Amino acid sequence: MTEDRPLDGDTLFYVYTVIEASATDALPDMPPPLGGGGLRLVSAGRHAAVVEAVDALHFEEEPLRGHLEDLEWLSAVARAHHGVVAAVGGATTTVPMRLATVCRGEEGVRRLLAGADERIAEALVRLAGAQEWGVKLYAGQPPEPPGGGTVGGGPAAGAGGGRDYLRRRLKDRDVREASRTRAARTARDLHRELSRHAAAAVLHPPQDRRLSRAEGLHVLNAAYLVPAAGREAFLDAVPPPDALDAGLRLEVTGPWVPYSFTAGADEEAGAAL
Amino acid sequence: MTFPSGMPRPYEDGGGANLADILERVLDKGVVIAGDIRINLLDIELLTIKLRLVVASVERAKEMGIDWWEQDPALSSRARRSELGQENEELRRRIAELEDRREERP
Repeated sequence: MTEDRPLDGDTLFYVYTVIEASATDALPDMPPPLGGGGLRLVSAGRHAAVVEAVDALHFEEEPLRGHLEDLEWLSAVARAHHGVVAAVGGATTTVPMRLATVCRGEEGVRRLLAGADERIAEALVRLAGAQEWGVKLYAGQPPEPPGGGTVGGGPAAGAGGGRDYLRRRLKDRDVREASRTRAARTARDLHRELSRHAAAAVLHPPQDRRLSRAEGLHVLNAAYLVPAAGREAFLDAVPPPDALDAGLRLEVTGPWVPYSFTAGADEEAGAAL
Repeated sequence: MTFPSGMPRPYEDGGGANLADILERVLDKGVVIAGDIRINLLDIELLTIKLRLVVASVERAKEMGIDWWEQDPALSSRARRSELGQENEELRRRIAELEDRREERP
């Protein structure tokens, strides 16, 4: 693997995630995730980066930019990246890098570590022993009024047809608005309640339906930083499906390595609804 | 939620995770420290927009069992092979069709 190729200053290293320099046991034993030289540690001072020597044919500036347009390539790299971060995170506290962070030579990796030394140290302390949980709330469309939409009853045709139609449309609109208001209120209450059981919370933008393929309107996309000791209380605070209004659907994901909380408090934005 | 809340659970390793959830985290989150290879932020943002359009089809393919990218994260060579294989199959099918049609003619 790594022995086959010269690891000189021109070797490109893909940087997955950063750990304490002393946590060498956390290096996962897995086949080369990106088909390069396999995982190894490069350390500088108190921190070490989990890196892989990768092929310049794919990861040099120009080909990498091209690959970013190749969505299948990118999806695979995202999963590989996430697989390494999850494996490392299972063994020790870790601060993940953004996808496609690539350095030139071990020197480049050490420069990266030294340049962010304070930020990494702060994040490692803050994230120690904590996991991220994702909570998503979706609101379905309100049910169609019965009888093909004749809310007021009576035939839709005839002299009163136009007026009835308008009345019906207005009523439908009110129902939709009330349903949206209810969903928003549930989202706000839920977020407030779950935040009480979390060390920190962030709101992500709603996901595009084409990406998540989830049904319904995405009214809450939140992530919570939960200390190990508080996990049970947090998950117990998540309401069971039958406690939700009809049409609302809740989805919990995790535990995740706390990706959403690596940026310090001063860098985070909008944790309140 | 039906999972036992007290049980320690391993990290979601991506096998079962929704691609949207993973991309949201690995593209938008994580400490942003510039590496030596400069991919500027705009590229990544543009990318997420494009991804939104295409990922759905990738996920659909996965449902259908075409999941080479999980077998081979390094992916390129094998993915292409698989693509070629599919193309081959499609071509064979079409040739067979054409031959059938010729036989039917007087």
